[in-house]
Parts: sequence; structure tokens; C-alpha cells
Amino acid sequence: MQIMANFAVPKILEGPTELSVDGANIIASFKLFGITINFTETVVLEWIVIAVILGVCAFLTRGMKVQGVSKRQVIAEMAVETVTNLVRDTMGKRWLFFTPYVATIFCFSIFGSLISLLGLRAVTSDFSVLLTWAAITFILITATKIRFGGIGGYLKGFADPIPVMLPINILSEVATPTAMALRHFGNIAGGSIIMGLVYYGLASLCRMIGLQIPILTVGIPAVLSLYFDLFSDFMQAFIFIMLMMVFISNAGPSEEETA
Amino acid sequence: MDMSEAIVLAGSAIGAGLAMIAGIGPGIGEGYAVGKACEAIARQPEASGAVTRTMFVGCAVAESTGIYGLIIALLLIFLKPFT
Repeated sequence: MQIMANFAVPKILEGPTELSVDGANIIASFKLFGITINFTETVVLEWIVIAVILGVCAFLTRGMKVQGVSKRQVIAEMAVETVTNLVRDTMGKRWLFFTPYVATIFCFSIFGSLISLLGLRAVTSDFSVLLTWAAITFILITATKIRFGGIGGYLKGFADPIPVMLPINILSEVATPTAMALRHFGNIAGGSIIMGLVYYGLASLCRMIGLQIPILTVGIPAVLSLYFDLFSDFMQAFIFIMLMMVFISNAGPSEEETA
Repeated sequence: MDMSEAIVLAGSAIGAGLAMIAGIGPGIGEGYAVGKACEAIARQPEASGAVTRTMFVGCAVAESTGIYGLIIALLLIFLKPFT
């Protein structure tokens, strides 16, 4: 006991003392036409993310010049050029008007996931957020199909190649956005739960043996956090926009057919 | 703790473990895809950008079955159905 007093560690290095896995906290709920609508903390965090993105954009694009460009402008130009090249390579030249939308979803996903580094709840670990993005993608895919094939062509596509395939085609149409949303949600939510378990487990281990070892309570989780919080966030945002671009551009005829 | 409740808890814990068997498939599939991508890059180093991009998207698609298993396992552990 006497030895332990000498090795007193700061409170923050002791690790968590409890583990809780819950959905987003409900701040307020109100009834509308008999349906209860919950106002969760995700909505608040989303508005914070939107404000941060707006602030960064406004900061980077302030006072743009043709000659004698500032460092800020170079960064902004580089970002826009990267996204434009990505869209051109993946979707083709005639889909370039999609660039702002792709960049928006990418920024929202990155900032929404990285907000968990501040100890807040990641926006993307709420399934409704991902389902919303997937629903937008589904509408875009359907709109593209109707735009290039007409309503008749769109409906006929369900009976392709033989009418017996109708149920399978309808299922695959719905499965595309659902799988996209579930993949992103599963990765982020699963990662945060695994990180919570690691933090809690190692802290309990330390408490059990009665010795505070900072490398167990903070060191090992910090290394794991690099993968689960940083790498996986960037990867999932990238994969989400890649799949979105591929699905939307595949909904229309290929470039050679129309040229 | 009630006996029936204990059985449900044990059942959901075992079920969560069984659900994670779904992790085998994506593991094999992704390993195969990455191996092939390495071969392709070794043969054509100038196409490494396109190969890597395609590989990551393919890996993500292959991973989704594993993610479904993970979600089911997490639901079974943390939501504790029927209790």
C-alpha cells in the first residue's frame, strides 16, 4: 500500500469506470399528427458540423485573387481539384456537375466522424443519418435511370432479362442503399463500441491488480484508436462517396453508347 | 435472476459469438483481393493508383457481410432481446 501512494497517477490516466452503450440522447420530443418526433443530440451535433464546415470554407475562400494567391487559396484550389479529378476519373466527364454534392457528403462524413475525437458522439454512429444519405442516393439513382430511359424504360428494367426476375430486381434495388448505409454505420458504431470495450477492459484490469499502468489504460487504446477512429473514418467516407458515384454513373448508359 | 432470463442471456451471448462466424468469409475474400492487387501492382506499377482505389471499394463491398454479422452480434449483446 505504501508503494502505491508513491506511484499516484493523475485522475485522467485511470481510465473509465463504467461502460455504457446507448443510442443518441433525446433532448426534446414533441408530437406531430400523432407521431412522436425525437429531437436527439445528433441533430445538434450535425448543426455544429455544418457550422464548422461553413467556417472552414469561408476562411479558405476569403479574398480570392487571380494573381499573387495566398496559402489559403492554394489549399482551397487543391481540395477542389482533387475532388474534381476523382469525379472525372470515376464517373466520366459528363457527370462533373456532381462534384459539389460528392464533396459535401465527403466533408460531412469526415467531420461527422472525427467529432468523436473531441469526446462527443459521432454523427455517423446514428443510423438515421446514414439512412438519409442512402435515401438521397437512391433518389438520384432512380432519377438518373428515368432521365436516360424514360419512365417506361425504368419500369421495363425491372423485368430484365426475364419477367421472372422481377422480385429479385426489386430486392436488389432496395438493397443497394440499405447496404451502403449499414456498412458505414456498422464500421463507425462498431469501432466506437470496440474502443469503449478496450478502454473499459484495460482500466478494469488495472484496477483488479491494484496497479495503475498508464500504458495499459491510455497507451494501447491510443494506438488502436488510430485505426478505429482516424483511418476507418477516412476510409468509410471515401468508400461511401466512391460507391455513390459508381452506382449513379452505372444507372445511366456508358460514355461510348451516348457518344 | 430468473431461470428463463438466464437462459435468454446465455442464448444471446452464444448467438453473438456464432454471428461473428460471418467474419471468416470477408477475411478470406479480402485477403484474396488484396493479394491479387499486389500482383497487379507488381506487374504494372504505373497503374497502382487505379488498382488501389478499385481494391478498396471491392474490399468495402466484400466487408459488408462481416459488418452485418457484427451488427447482429452487437445488438444481441447490448440490446438483450426478450428480457
